[in-house]
Amino acid sequence: MNLSRKWLSEFVVVDANDKDFAETMTLSGSKVELTHDLGEEISNVVVGQILSMERHPDSDHMWVCRIDVGQAEPIQIVTGAWNIHTGDMVPVALHKSTLPGGKKIEKGKLRGVESNGMMCGLSELGLDTRDFPYAVITPAALLNDYKPLDPAKPSIPVDIQPGHKIYGSVVCARITAVRCDGVNAYTAACEVGSGSVSVSTDCATLHAGDLVALDTKKEHICTLEDLHAQQAEFPHCIPDGIFILHEEGVKPGDDLKPVIGADDHVVEFEITPNRPDCLSVIGLAREVSATYDVPLKLHEPVVKGGGEGSLVELLDVETPASDLCPRYTARMVRNVKIAPSPKWMRERLRAMGVRPINNIVDITNYVMLEYGQPMHAFDYRYVKGGKIIVRRAQEGEELTTLDGQVRKLTANHLVIADETRAVGLAGIMGGENSEIVADTTDVVFESACFDGTCIRKGALALGMRTEASAKFEKGLDPLNTLPAVNRACELVELLGAGEVLDGTIDVLNYVPQPHIVTMDPDRVNALLGTDIPAAEQYQYLERVDIVTEKKDFPNGPAEVIIPSWRGDVEGIADLAEEVARFYGYNKIPTTLMRGQTTLGGYSPEQKLEQTLGSVCRSCGYDEIITYSFISPTCYDKIRWPQDDPRRQSFKILNPLGEDTSIMRTTVLPSMLEILTRNYNFRNKSAKLYEVGRIYLPGGEDGLAVENKVLSMGAYGEDMDFFALKGAIEAILKEIRAQDVRFELPCQPNPSYHPGRVADVYAGARRIGVMGQIHPLVAQTYGVDAELYCAELDLGQLMCSKGTDPEYVPLPKFPAVTRDIAVVCDEAVTVGALETAIRKGARGLLKEVSLFDIYRGKGVAEGKKSVAFNLVLRADDRSLTAEEADTDVKAILEVLKQDCGAILR
Amino acid sequence: MKEQLAKIRAEALAAMDGAQSTAELDALRVQYLGKKGELTAVLKQMGKLSAEERPAMGQLANEVRAALEEAIEVNARKLEEKALEQRLEAEKLDVTIPGKQVKLGHKHPMYIALDEIKDIFVGMGFTVLDGPEVELAELNFDRLNAEEGHPSRDWSDTFYFDEDSRVMLRSQTSPMQVRAMDTMELPIRIIAPGRVYRKDEVDATHSPMFHQVEGMVIDKNVTMADLKGTLNTVVEKLYGKGTKTRFRPHHFPFTEPSCEMDVQCHKCGGVGCPTCKGEGWIELLGAGMIHPKVLEMSGIDPKEYSGWAFGMGLERTAMRRFKIADLRLIFENDIRFLEQF
Repeated sequence: MNLSRKWLSEFVVVDANDKDFAETMTLSGSKVELTHDLGEEISNVVVGQILSMERHPDSDHMWVCRIDVGQAEPIQIVTGAWNIHTGDMVPVALHKSTLPGGKKIEKGKLRGVESNGMMCGLSELGLDTRDFPYAVITPAALLNDYKPLDPAKPSIPVDIQPGHKIYGSVVCARITAVRCDGVNAYTAACEVGSGSVSVSTDCATLHAGDLVALDTKKEHICTLEDLHAQQAEFPHCIPDGIFILHEEGVKPGDDLKPVIGADDHVVEFEITPNRPDCLSVIGLAREVSATYDVPLKLHEPVVKGGGEGSLVELLDVETPASDLCPRYTARMVRNVKIAPSPKWMRERLRAMGVRPINNIVDITNYVMLEYGQPMHAFDYRYVKGGKIIVRRAQEGEELTTLDGQVRKLTANHLVIADETRAVGLAGIMGGENSEIVADTTDVVFESACFDGTCIRKGALALGMRTEASAKFEKGLDPLNTLPAVNRACELVELLGAGEVLDGTIDVLNYVPQPHIVTMDPDRVNALLGTDIPAAEQYQYLERVDIVTEKKDFPNGPAEVIIPSWRGDVEGIADLAEEVARFYGYNKIPTTLMRGQTTLGGYSPEQKLEQTLGSVCRSCGYDEIITYSFISPTCYDKIRWPQDDPRRQSFKILNPLGEDTSIMRTTVLPSMLEILTRNYNFRNKSAKLYEVGRIYLPGGEDGLAVENKVLSMGAYGEDMDFFALKGAIEAILKEIRAQDVRFELPCQPNPSYHPGRVADVYAGARRIGVMGQIHPLVAQTYGVDAELYCAELDLGQLMCSKGTDPEYVPLPKFPAVTRDIAVVCDEAVTVGALETAIRKGARGLLKEVSLFDIYRGKGVAEGKKSVAFNLVLRADDRSLTAEEADTDVKAILEVLKQDCGAILR
Repeated sequence: MKEQLAKIRAEALAAMDGAQSTAELDALRVQYLGKKGELTAVLKQMGKLSAEERPAMGQLANEVRAALEEAIEVNARKLEEKALEQRLEAEKLDVTIPGKQVKLGHKHPMYIALDEIKDIFVGMGFTVLDGPEVELAELNFDRLNAEEGHPSRDWSDTFYFDEDSRVMLRSQTSPMQVRAMDTMELPIRIIAPGRVYRKDEVDATHSPMFHQVEGMVIDKNVTMADLKGTLNTVVEKLYGKGTKTRFRPHHFPFTEPSCEMDVQCHKCGGVGCPTCKGEGWIELLGAGMIHPKVLEMSGIDPKEYSGWAFGMGLERTAMRRFKIADLRLIFENDIRFLEQF
């Protein structure tokens, strides 16, 4: 919400610079986003009056002007603009001045002639013709500016002289004198060869000596359009030039900023949704008045009325959808003269970010900004039968709104209709069929209160949130409709825009009741942790018009009346906030919590997560964060079959895009995406981990089962299957998981390399899967490297966590070590050999570790030699070599029996 | 004989002092003290001496022997020292050669920031809660007093899983307040960090998924002054003692009174600069006293109990903590970024 400080000062006077004002308002609850000095960029620009002008000695299109700028001596400025005349008041950017857009003006020479500044056009001042409609420039087609498109075939002879016929009644004429009669009104004396005529024209570009095309029949000086000529043929004949000021009371030397309304400051507020009342100048003025504790001067609109006709005869209002329209207020204006609105109104609208259009439309916008009450004006002649009906739309009913769009409505929409058709979409936008146009004469002003939810849903369904709907949807104060419509009528009279009819149509579909809340100063202090005296609290409330019936400041609890515009104040907590706002949030003391102490901490699951993270980092893995939503095509990319039940995902109905439209049921695609990204960034290797969630259907209340998964992924020179396996073993060891096994999956896992994948077990519990990503999957991701991933379920890891360690006495007797190498079939796994070794041992074997696998010379084809280091020890004595040998012999026996492995 | 002994002594001592190696020294020992050594040879002549001469000469000979033995020992030690010195010299390293790499992984900067925050609150007796991200709109909105019609409920703002807008991706961690109130015994002190989702396109400051930390305290006689005191303590622990804060009135449906907490801009010290958009303050979190309606909906009597709650955006905190300029870096997971922390 933008606020013009000039406009604000009409209601409340505050002496504070923008920065202090912003800070003070922010601290009382009206957050200021930024402040803006409208004239910040304009400096050293004044009003000047053209004393004389001569053609530039060295240019066919420039003028040398002497200008009174309120200094002792006039200054000289060279310009290329043609719309100026001696006596014109113009904006002059003096030597060392600045203009919007950071433009700097300094004196200099133009084609050898000194120029001490610049006369400004509208655009150079950051304005356009909507701000100053009278500044529209109509250029004449000057024959001395004529440049034929084809020099060989000119449409107008180069040596044309006054009196020569151009076509029909159009002849060449020479201007001998120009008199300025008013805004865009000139009288030009023209010599036509034989004699001379005096012609009225709105063309601003004429000067003595110019040759023009004169329509003798119409007594009209031709424009480009009249001659059906192209711009290129008359290069200097453009609707642009200097902004000729027609403002009362300005004189040479005056600062330009107040003249063009650039002396205002605009403050941009962030208004929270609970305070729709602050979406208006008056609403913010109330806050400013309460914040600074200075009086608020509100204005009661006074309407003279007396327009011809009887309102009740001309207009009837019915509200069949009374539940959606608590109040409908309307007045009528006749003999409307559509015209631009006055400068002060345009300036204020513009300062608040609203584009001026015409007096009637501007009045509705002005009132909406001032009162926060959306207004609508429609052309009475299109209200068939003189009857306004506020009803639900029929299913499929169509209405073309003001923006030219055809809207298809449903029964959930509320429309303003006449007896035959809808003429407006209530609270959202008017209909094109009843729009105010240039020849509108009779206008109905609607100032109504509609149901917020209905407007919000209606606007949402059509995808057209407008300024009006945004206000209505928050719920407006029904008591505001009447002052607002009266204010509109008052402005009509002030602007002389029409005649207001006596009387008001006011349909009330609710019973206004004062809103009473019990105030309890002790409760407020208890909530805030303060010790503010009761009377002081009531005084703060009074600042925002929350008062007791007697308007006193009692010393204890009392009933207070909440003003109609403060629908957000419902109970003691809201009153506490009002007190706190004006007492000052930063004056509330700071205390530490008392009361029963609680024992904080982390749950076992959270501690497990911390452990997993720290082991992963010790193993060199970096932590990542990935999105929980993925593209449905991800399941294809990881080669899950079409009928894989794991494809059943939570699907977002309104996703940002297909890529983020389903909740992942696997962390694999997220990890692969990040590995790919790093690979594409040419990072040589990467080791990554994340504790991420997967979202499986079937949770309580239709929610998801959100399982956490430790996702690991890596690639690079030092990566292979066993590097990843080692990290996982480290993790499982850290959590003291028992009986850890890695087995080829019983069901093939299509995402992984079929020969380099293992399911990870602790006992009978399957914890997850690890291995090399299937080359086809890597290829789909565009990675030409071996990717390794692991997915370990946190729930299973949690269950596999071993108990706290118990001290085992250190060995007292020395161990005997034996290395054995056995030859077996290639198909026999190391795991099977280890199992056989443990099985064969007779109680002395403490450790067995693989140290070599050999294939080649000395070992038959299809066989391998596997070497283990065995550690044997007894707890109660030193072993003899014989004892150790007996055990080893037994072990070799079992290796032979179970695995066909023979000592090498 | 006396002259002979003196000569041996002088020659031997000179030779021993000049010995360059243990082997050379050893040869000298044999040369003089060995069975066939020069001194031994002289001693063998003792028998030829008269009885009067013998004791004096014997003493002299012993002195010479002792002198030689000592010289051997001294020189041996010297040589050992020299040898060690040489070895050490030979073993000299270029200490500027880099050490053998131990590659440790890195915690994600956002979790570094989160872990700091968690530890601070745990130290103050808070329990850390974890909850669902696929959440009921009832808990995310209704039970938090955000009635139907609240703008954040729009489909343009929030992700939904069904046409009835019943199941959604939580748009804030605040439903954890309700879950805590519904399941925990009073008094309650919790924080609940986690992922939240809003329909924002990705840019330098927005992401459809981001993280928040929710905090809540419910007890008898809890006040807004407690809220301020606790949060100020947290900020001092996060940003250093003496960090200035301010509280501004704000609006959240589930707290009343509500506030936003700002910290003074670390860059300009409150004067105003581009970092703080000229305000001198940077918004840190939203907070407030739990709305009586919210307590009532969870069956807690607002006349007996009161509480406060806050919600804090984590990404922004991490970005400020590590001076990260673009939010996209957080989710890009480039190891060149990750390994800086």
